[in-house]
Amino acid sequence: MTSSAVVTPIPLDNTTDDPTRRAPLIVGDNDFASVTNAVCGIVEMPRTPPAWWIAFFISVSLTGVLLAMIGYLVTTGIGVWGLQTPVAWGWAIVNFVFWVGIGHAGTLISAILFLLRQKWRTSINRFAEGMTIFAVVCAGIFPGIHVGRVWVAYWLFPIPNQMAMWPQFRSPLLWDVFAVGTYATVSLLFWYMGMIPDLATIRDRARSKIRWFVYGVLSLGWRSSNRHWHRFEMAYLLLAALATPLVLSVHSVVSFDFAVSIVPGWHTTIFPPYFVAGAIFSGFAMVVTLVIPTRKFFHLEEIITLRHLESMAKIMLATGMMVGLAYSTEFFIAWYSGNSYEAFAFVNRAFGPYAWAYWIMVSCNVIVPQLFWVKRLRTNLAVLWGASILINVGMWFERFVIVVSSLSRDFLPSSWGYYRPTVVDVMTFVGSFGLFMTLFLLFVRFLPIVGMAEVKGVMPQAHLREVASQGHGDYHGDILTERGEVRR
Amino acid sequence: MSGDATTRVPETAGGGVYALVADFDKVDVFLEAVARVRDAGFSKWDAHTPFVVHGLDAAMGIRPTGLPFLVFGAGLTGCAVGVGLQWFTNAFDYPFLISGKPLFSLPANIPVAFELTILFSAITALVGMLALNGLPRWSHPLHASRLLKRATDDRFLISIEAADPRFDATRTRELLEAAGALSVETVEV
Repeated sequence: MTSSAVVTPIPLDNTTDDPTRRAPLIVGDNDFASVTNAVCGIVEMPRTPPAWWIAFFISVSLTGVLLAMIGYLVTTGIGVWGLQTPVAWGWAIVNFVFWVGIGHAGTLISAILFLLRQKWRTSINRFAEGMTIFAVVCAGIFPGIHVGRVWVAYWLFPIPNQMAMWPQFRSPLLWDVFAVGTYATVSLLFWYMGMIPDLATIRDRARSKIRWFVYGVLSLGWRSSNRHWHRFEMAYLLLAALATPLVLSVHSVVSFDFAVSIVPGWHTTIFPPYFVAGAIFSGFAMVVTLVIPTRKFFHLEEIITLRHLESMAKIMLATGMMVGLAYSTEFFIAWYSGNSYEAFAFVNRAFGPYAWAYWIMVSCNVIVPQLFWVKRLRTNLAVLWGASILINVGMWFERFVIVVSSLSRDFLPSSWGYYRPTVVDVMTFVGSFGLFMTLFLLFVRFLPIVGMAEVKGVMPQAHLREVASQGHGDYHGDILTERGEVRR
Repeated sequence: MSGDATTRVPETAGGGVYALVADFDKVDVFLEAVARVRDAGFSKWDAHTPFVVHGLDAAMGIRPTGLPFLVFGAGLTGCAVGVGLQWFTNAFDYPFLISGKPLFSLPANIPVAFELTILFSAITALVGMLALNGLPRWSHPLHASRLLKRATDDRFLISIEAADPRFDATRTRELLEAAGALSVETVEV
């Protein structure tokens, strides 16, 4: 048996579909060692690139702004925000839902695409999982500071407190504490577990004592043993199977915050699926926004290929259409239900004082993704990047429209109002991007941003030559018989 | 962690040898070699690979892990804790009447019970995997191996421990070389 060495480099554009063979997932002239070098090379750079320092400086400064705004809020009171009756849920809740939504792509890619055997996930799952965790960190801040007296925020948890009372478990707000808390924990476990073999790779290549020690501790003494891999694979499969319903539940529970209330425009049964589709939509948009500059900057184009980006564009197209369908279904039901408050809430959204926000939302979320029908556009990085940013904007406005337009005009016209954010609201939100980017920049500099062990497993060299799998080979044919022969 | 019996070195191990480590660079040669070692009847041996090689479990004859049962148990525990917590706090310890709703009603308890089921199972999946693997274990004789460093990069290894009853420094080395090893390294204790 001879090796399956790649003789000619695979062309960079792997977006063409040839029905006789599967498209390669890793392009160029790569073998296992070159993948290791490309990914570890980022961590092992002797000097941090100046561009990284500039980005890091800006991000840390913005994080400072976030902390200053939180400090001002805590010492002064919630009145520094634009919250006024009737709109008691303003930007803080909008930002919370926005960030939690972004945090959905990571687990979708790592869990759902794993169960669906979508092997292209391997190049981007680590990256997306990292992004998930940072987004959930940002999300967690907003309800935490929104409670007003942050020093008693522990009342959210079922631990004995000075009131001798327990939390109220029939409230969706408390379900949220458990859903987001579980999601943050499980995402972190999943991310870390997948990283253990890659941290061991960095340990084994370390030239300095400090790097050897730090990555050695983090990799828990991993020695690549197949007896360990066997349980690792099972644990990974179990985590994927657990994280799949979890990721669907988290944004469903977030949507219950609205749907369980009686406010017109919130009290709808479409919210859970609609929120989940929107979350995946925005999460993929954020992955694309971050991955395009990162792969360019660190020269990862052969590992995170054009086809990966194209696949993500297709998912954005699909989820964007689902979101568009949800928008129109809401309108239909508002009319069909015969409920005049519901009908008013939706007409008011599209043509009332917040119509500008509504139409930004529709343009960005429904019209922009239609570009992805055209292959030339979805494989054009500038178009894809620009569209992904617009989708992020649109998804923020979606939450703004839901939260603010419904609250500002509810049942009683005498209490109607117009909500405006304050500078503190805006700076807090901008600051949260600083925190997100700070964590992200530390991640790309110090941790393996591509799951090397998983990428190597989907390369053609990882499989027996006889199998007509073209690098996609699953268990088919790879199993040896008891006598050690390849079973065909 | 003391549970990893395969790493205990008996006093009879000749000349302080801990194991023989052989490396391969091609998956197909490696899988055949693994199957040969398995068929030679070794018990204290292992394969080391940079990623999960499909078919290797069968080639080594590894039996399925019991981890799923552990995780299932943890999931049931999490679910019971979730329902019990809500019953205890809102219906028993401090009856909490909200809008005339029942003190204890399963539909309202499902989200928290579900989340705790997942939380308990997921933590058990990771912790259970590490515990069954005897990790973290930062000090292990095999870490002295020069070849092992490439098992996280691009090499596939077979390690056979001197503690194995069928181990013989010369014949085991010959077996590995005949199976197509690029090199065979002796790892000392």
